[in-house]
Parts: sequence; C-alpha cells; structure tokens
Amino acid sequence: MLQALYGAVESGLIYALMALGVYISFRLLDFPDLTVDGSFVTGGAVTSVMVINGIDPFTATLAGAAVGFIVGCITGILHTKGHINPLLAGILMMVALYSINLRIMGQPNIPLLNETTVFTVVENWWQTLNLQGIVMAPFEALGIAAYVPSSLDVLVAATILMIIVKKLLDFFLRTEAGTTLRATGDNQTMVRSFSANTNVYIVVGMGVSNMLVAFSGSMVVQHNGFADINLGVGMIIIGLASVIIGEVLFSFGSDKIVRTTLAVILGAIVYRMIYAVALQVDFLEASDMKLITALIVVAALVVPNWLGQTNAKQQYKKSKANAAKQKASQIETEGERGHVTAQSDS
Amino acid sequence: MLQLNQIHKTFYPNTPDERQALVDLHQELLGGDVVTIIGSNGAGKSTLLNTIAGSIVPDEGDVVIDGNDVTRLSEQKRASYIGRVFQDPKAGTAPGMTIEENMMISLGRTKRRSLFRGVTKQLRQQFREHLATLEIGLENRLNTKVGLLSGGERQALSLLMATFTEPKILLLDEHTAALDPSKEELILRLTRDLVERHQLTTVMVTHQMEQAIAFGNRLWMMDEGKVIFEANDEVKQDLTVEDLLDQFQAIRGKKMANDRALLTK
Repeated sequence: MLQALYGAVESGLIYALMALGVYISFRLLDFPDLTVDGSFVTGGAVTSVMVINGIDPFTATLAGAAVGFIVGCITGILHTKGHINPLLAGILMMVALYSINLRIMGQPNIPLLNETTVFTVVENWWQTLNLQGIVMAPFEALGIAAYVPSSLDVLVAATILMIIVKKLLDFFLRTEAGTTLRATGDNQTMVRSFSANTNVYIVVGMGVSNMLVAFSGSMVVQHNGFADINLGVGMIIIGLASVIIGEVLFSFGSDKIVRTTLAVILGAIVYRMIYAVALQVDFLEASDMKLITALIVVAALVVPNWLGQTNAKQQYKKSKANAAKQKASQIETEGERGHVTAQSDS
Repeated sequence: MLQLNQIHKTFYPNTPDERQALVDLHQELLGGDVVTIIGSNGAGKSTLLNTIAGSIVPDEGDVVIDGNDVTRLSEQKRASYIGRVFQDPKAGTAPGMTIEENMMISLGRTKRRSLFRGVTKQLRQQFREHLATLEIGLENRLNTKVGLLSGGERQALSLLMATFTEPKILLLDEHTAALDPSKEELILRLTRDLVERHQLTTVMVTHQMEQAIAFGNRLWMMDEGKVIFEANDEVKQDLTVEDLLDQFQAIRGKKMANDRALLTK
C-alpha cells in the first residue's frame, strides 16, 4: 500500500505538468481547451517513435514538448483567427490529432520496455554515483528502510524536474508578457485598450499550455513503458480535477501565482493518490476511475454554487427579518409619539 | 493633435435598418484641447468615440492623430496613442489581478512587453506615487485584487491607468454615468486634475449638460451624425443649460430627445 502511494506521488509529479497546462488554458486564459486529450498523446507518440529509433531520450522528450507547443498554437489560431468557439476549436483539434497520432505512431501501441528512456538514464546515473547507499544510510540507521520508496531515484528526479518547471512558469507568469497573458483571460477589452495584441497572447498561451501537456504525455509514456493511442481519453477532466482539488485543498484562500501553481501540482499528486486507493479497493475497478473523476469535477463545480445559493438565501432571510424588526420598532415609536401628542392635545 | 476629415459611417447599409451614424464629420482638436460632446441618444456620440478609438472603421474619411493617419490601424495598435475610460467601471481594469499588475499592463501601452520581471521595486514606488495623487488610499493597497474595489475606486484606477502614461488623446465615454453622485463628483475632480497635470487632449462624451458646460474649453452638440452646434472658450463660459436647449430647438425645430439630459439638467 505504502509503495503504491509512493508510486502515486511519482506519477502525480509527472501528471502535474499536464495539470499546469490545463491550469493555464482553463483558469488563466479562460479557454476550455479539449486539445489536451490529443496533445497529451501527441507528446508521447513523438517521443516514443524517436526513442525506438535510437534517438537520445532527452532530445525526444523536448521534441514531444515542442510539437505540443505547435499543436496548442494551432488551436489558438483556430479560435482567434478562425473565430471558432473555444470548445469547438479544442474538439476539432482533439479529433484531428487522433488520426495524426496514429500516423506518427504507425500502430496503436508502442512498447518501450527495453528502450533507453529518461528514467533508465536517471537510474544509471543514480547507480554510477552510488547515491542509493548514501541516501539510504540514515534510514537504515533508524531501521525504517522498508518505508523508503523503492524507486527513490525516479521520485527525486521527478521532484527536481517539477521544481524547475514550477520556478520557470512562476517567473514567466510574472513577467510583463506573462502578466498581460493572465489579464487577457481576465478582461480582454481592457488588455486591447492598452495596445496589447490579445490574439498573440492567446495563441502563445495555448502553445505553452499544450507544450506542458505534451511534455507530461511524453514523460508518462516513458514512465509506463508504452505509448497507447487511447492514453489521452478523458485527460482534460483529469487535469481539471487536479486543478480543482489543488485549489480547494492547498490554496488557503491565496490566489498568488506562486501559491496556485504549487496547489495545482499538489492537486495532481492527490488525484493520483485517490486513484491508487481506488485501485486497492475491491469493489472498484481501474476503469471506474473516469467516472469518479467526472464526479469529482461535477461536485467541485456544483457544490460551491449550492453553498453560495444557501448563503444568499440565508442573507436574504436575515435582511428581511431585520427589515421587519426595524419596521416593527418604527411603528412602536410612532405609536408612542401618537400617544404623546394625543395627551398634549387633551 | 486630432483631425477628423470628412468622416462618414452608415450602419446596416442597403437594408431597412440603414442608419447614418456619422455624416461628413469634419473637426480638429489642438494639443491640450478638452472637448465635451452632448447630444440626444443615437446622435452619433459613441460612434464618433469608437471611430477615434478604432473599434469602428469609418466608410469614408480619415482619422489623424498627431500627424499620423491611423484610419487603417487596428484598435490595439492605435491604442498606443489613446487612453480610454469606459462607462462601465468594470471594463477598464482586470478584476482578478492586483492594482500593481493592472498598472503594469497599462504601462505597456507605449512600449513592447518584455520577458523581464513585470512589477519591479522601482515600478512599485512609481505606482505608489501616482496612486497617491488620487487621494483615496489606493497607494496602500497595491496587492489588492481590483475586483474587490468599489465602483468609484475602480473607475478612479481606470482613469489613472488611462492617463499616467500620457496618451496623445484621452477618450472618456460617459465615464461618470454609472456612479452614484458623490463618486461622480470625485471622478470628475480627478479627471480635471489628471487632464490638467498631463496636458491631455481630451474628448469627453457626457449626458449631463451642466457637466459639459463646466468641463473643458470646447463643446460640441451632436445630432443625426453631425456637430450642429459648437462653443469655444469665451462663448462656452457664458453658456447655460437653457441656452443649449434653445439652441437645439432653434437649429432642429424639435425638443432634444434625451430623457436623461432633461432629467439631469
């Protein structure tokens, strides 16, 4: 069980890249982008094909991410230049990418089991540097070596990667261009009135978003040891669930960029943990996870509304009660005044 | 500073809804001129403002700002010459972003946005100084989300953002109309201060005749897409609301059809 949770953290860190991508499109640009389902696989497809052709896995991963950037830009252009509704632009790209992904892969499934991937490279480094012994020593001294994750190397590498990506993204989103990009999703008219070409910001933003998604897909493929044409089905909802879980659990009311990106990453990890637990429970199957994910998103979207409504209702009742009270007291005082004048008359 | 040469604009041409919004409009503003525009509903005030801003492209004629023909320039490119405050206090600011971030975006009006850190310490100090001139305490709330500000505060911020980078032309589109009277007074005072401080060439559309008379050095009365009455400097100083209404009736042979204008005279 414990090792399963470590595994969840590991893949959570990798899926967090995708969640950050979804966060950019959904939250920052206010663009519900369904391209994700396709671009996730595209990243994985490009990387896996390059890897089985003997190309260096790091180059292959970067190439996957780069193709994701292009794909995202196309969705952005469809929307800004083609004036296609964002949702439809995303769906069109998703459908188109299914065929393109198949073309890239040449077959619906590519196994990578005996190939050199970024993870095997990291593992080799780890062994040549003999880090395992050094890191394990304190745990062994404490006698808790059994509780240490079995694939510590992957966990450490994924954490470092995530920190780098997060720092880069935080920096970008607070640059002049990044701030304007965020404002584009907030109030486009205003951004245009300050002489910024919002179309460029939307296209580049979608590019960056899908670059992260494809990067994630490329890493997931190497982590799983195979690429599959259906890997991306429902990915957008998983990303959204991660973003929402993160915002609810870890943002603590702050919506500063630095805090929110951290929340999204942690949200992705928590999502994977829920997934891992669901796999351990007898009456649930792995295939039920999509349903659970959808339910999480529905709940996250609906519950705040309900709460808001009941709050509003309560406030309304309260103000009504107050008004009634005031009226009552007014009548009372007026009644007294009437009484007094009546007396003075007599 | 601003030249409008023979501008024509017809909406829905060749349909039963055809409407001439601007007819052979020919006007010029010199640097530092502040013109207020009044007129009935549908007189073409907003169309004129949108034509200057670039959200409407005229059918004929051209718009020249500071010697540059901007008629074919897109709205966002033209915005580098133009500061604009909308009627809706929500329109001029990004609600989900902080005051300092909003101001930083407005700074980009005149220059290319870089990939360097947006809000620097130095900029923050500058913003604070500018905000302090509004005297409504915004300088101490740089990290507040703009969405949490009141309508008046948001409009004051929009006004500052539109002016402090010293645009060639400032467009004010009934920018006090959506505020309650006390806030309206504040915004009007701030507008006067900022326009004077930066010596801005300003076009202000208003529905309040008194405001139109009291503000600026020129006044245009519009009807059916034309400027039917103009008052400059001295003439404008002695103008009264009754004069304006009489003028309108004398020229048009009808009462000014603007309920709001009459109600607020």
